[in-house]
Amino acid sequence: MAALSVAEPTKKSKNLNVVEEYEKTNPKKSASFVVIGHVDHGKSTLMGRLLFDLKVVDQRTLDKLRKEADAIGKSSFALAWVMDETKEERARGVTVDFATNYFETDATKFTILDAPGHRDFIPNMIAGASQADFAVLVIDSSTNSFESGLKGQTKEHALLVRSMGVQQLIIAINKMDLAEWAEDRFTEIQQQMSAFLVAAGFQAQNITFVPLAGLTGENVVNPVPKDKAAWYTGPTLVSALDGARATTRAMEKPLRLSINDIFRGGVINPLSISGRIDQGTLQAGDAIVAQPAGETASIKRIEVASQEVDWAVAGQIVILHLTDIDPIHLRHGDIVCHLSSPITTITEFNAKVLAFEHLLPGFVDVHRGPLHVSGKIKGLVATLDKSSGEIAKKKPRIVQPGQVARVSVEMEKGMSLEEGMRIVLRSEGRTIGAGLLE
Amino acid sequence: MRLIRSAIDRRRGEGSCTLLPSEPEDMWHIYNLVRPGDNLRADTIRKVAKESNAGGETDAGSRKQIQRAHITLTITVKSTDFDPASSKLRVSGQCSVENEYVELGQHHTIELETEKQFTLEKVDGWDSIALDTIREACKPERSAELWAIVMQDGLANICVVTPYQTLVKQKVEVSIPKKRIGGVDQHEKALGKFHGVVLSTMLRHLDLTLTPPPPLLIASPGHYAQGFFKYMQETAKTTSNKPLIAFLPSVVVTHSSTGQVSALNTALNSPAMKNKLRDAKYATESKLMDDFQTGLRLDNGKAWYGPEEVTLAVEKGGVGRGGGVLMVSNSLFRSNDIEERRRWVALVDRVRDVEGGEVRILSSLHESGKRLEGLGGVGAILTFPMPGLDEEIEEAKVAAKVGTETGGEGEGDVGLIIN
Repeated sequence: MAALSVAEPTKKSKNLNVVEEYEKTNPKKSASFVVIGHVDHGKSTLMGRLLFDLKVVDQRTLDKLRKEADAIGKSSFALAWVMDETKEERARGVTVDFATNYFETDATKFTILDAPGHRDFIPNMIAGASQADFAVLVIDSSTNSFESGLKGQTKEHALLVRSMGVQQLIIAINKMDLAEWAEDRFTEIQQQMSAFLVAAGFQAQNITFVPLAGLTGENVVNPVPKDKAAWYTGPTLVSALDGARATTRAMEKPLRLSINDIFRGGVINPLSISGRIDQGTLQAGDAIVAQPAGETASIKRIEVASQEVDWAVAGQIVILHLTDIDPIHLRHGDIVCHLSSPITTITEFNAKVLAFEHLLPGFVDVHRGPLHVSGKIKGLVATLDKSSGEIAKKKPRIVQPGQVARVSVEMEKGMSLEEGMRIVLRSEGRTIGAGLLE
Repeated sequence: MRLIRSAIDRRRGEGSCTLLPSEPEDMWHIYNLVRPGDNLRADTIRKVAKESNAGGETDAGSRKQIQRAHITLTITVKSTDFDPASSKLRVSGQCSVENEYVELGQHHTIELETEKQFTLEKVDGWDSIALDTIREACKPERSAELWAIVMQDGLANICVVTPYQTLVKQKVEVSIPKKRIGGVDQHEKALGKFHGVVLSTMLRHLDLTLTPPPPLLIASPGHYAQGFFKYMQETAKTTSNKPLIAFLPSVVVTHSSTGQVSALNTALNSPAMKNKLRDAKYATESKLMDDFQTGLRLDNGKAWYGPEEVTLAVEKGGVGRGGGVLMVSNSLFRSNDIEERRRWVALVDRVRDVEGGEVRILSSLHESGKRLEGLGGVGAILTFPMPGLDEEIEEAKVAAKVGTETGGEGEGDVGLIIN
């Protein structure tokens, strides 16, 4: 009877020691970066330009996009449409959700995470940034745009990625063609941003400033012609990206993968998930459990950057094709673990947070990567001394912006969180704090 | 609600009254009225065992028969359980007036609902809050309701907002695949399906034939609300759904910070909504909480929250004429502890009658009331600054008992956040 069965047998794990395999292959450096910045500062256009100049996107595709963009009178959006593919995004000219794309230089395999700049879509930006090793902050250098960005999301995004653990930042000073490649404009922005970023906790040697023009393409892949900006001798955007240091990967820890997307991978892969492996390793055939649902599944195939692989390690953004699980058990933000070490599900936690705005007991949305859930700050436990972490004042009535405090948070429903995870607290559409779960 | 009979001695607060709730909102008021210790008399059904001899002599004794008896019963309330969604209040207690079926002291649960008359007697007297609740509930006009859909990608909360309650009728969650390289079909398809589910769910809850049609607010961050409204318009046209087409003008599309219910206040406070709302009780309460929190942020010593702080502020005469506002969540008056209840009633009476300040009692089923509950259920805006109120209380506490505080277990990764 068994021979009559048409069901595909569950794939057997090869029982590889993935960490050893990883070290044996001596892989090419890989890195993912999130593109952040205020709305309309040219993030998507810059990424479209980068992919086109690196021949990831061919002339024919771009011509087609140009034609479509012309048809609705938005010809300057053609490059951005490489990243902004949904109807809504194209009709409104605004990125809604972050887009993932890949390219390779001689030294590194890159993953682009192009985040939305509009303040309403910061939850999506947080989801994108949680998958990144470092960040590219795009700033519009044209008159008034830089200044309005400062009041808007330029600062908020920078603070967010910093509190989510990003240490390296490339500042792309965009639309230099509109500023006529004026050196003093570049220097002015550089000085203002440096002062702010250092105060926000970035180290000066980890910040690189690159002037460029995304729409026309100067200094993105190809250096800017000397007749336009003889004063600039620094790297192009691509060489600055190549210069980013590799981040350490927590491969030895238990597997944690945050589900960012659940979709149908095709006829032979009816259920697929994607996300970044925050820590640990996995291989095809592994039995996994999705928390908080607690449902088990097995990994049929693994894809990294559209290539099928046998195993994957922390830091990689993967697509897992699953079997033996119903999609109703999976939600955005769930955590995939191995059966041997599942993550706990909690409804309450204490966190040490840096206050972006005044903190009071009351409603908050708790964000961790792609996960967001509503909850409330139950109590302000104490304000802490910034450098020593000692308790400065117990049970404060209110926490002032810039202070570090321990708060206790209760969530609407049980969520998979554990000590050491980085969370962001938001309320009424504003980021009010960010920090670490204790 | 109708007051059928009142035998309350206004001066001493003793006596009983008979009430007839007529709409769901009334049940919320009744929930706030009925407290443990009160005597409640109402019609109810009880299963009783009746002995019968019909079985003849073959059985060892008489045979018991279970019957459902319709009786009017008086119970002394022990606990209450309110279900906002079905507007039913279950009151459990012990029988206090004996009758044919129930002995004194036997337990029984009476279910109160609309169009069901009952009599309530308060043994320890009717306080000003309870009398206010009856007065408020017996106002003749039907309470205005507003429907709202707060949504974001893949999540929609369908709620109804009345002057005293915000009820989530249904939550719709649909998993929407994200955009991928060269493939947005799944995303667009799932989005269309999501709109379809939200619309059909809404139509199941909302009676479109009411005149005048209840206003519907669709709120979301970004343009999800516009997208859904467009879908609604198109569906109304393509299916020639006449009631839906007629309903479209009473829809307001606005912005909210997220798709969670707690974001509803940002939508209600938007200028577009203020013009639309005839009964703006919830909007004013929401505004009051906003002002209060602004005061807290300014840290000028004029806004205080927490039971001890507010009590002290009232004692010191800070919540008086000329701008003093005391805000109390009505959950405090539902406390099972009589002393606790009396304490808050006394505080309210004092502010209103002696100090001359304004008193606002916020409904704990509204967003503003929930925000206040997060702050300990009570807050006050003072007429003059009183800095250091919390320290005074701390000192008093320290004097009362020796502190056993260790503290200082916080070290670790703060450095990563701030350096």
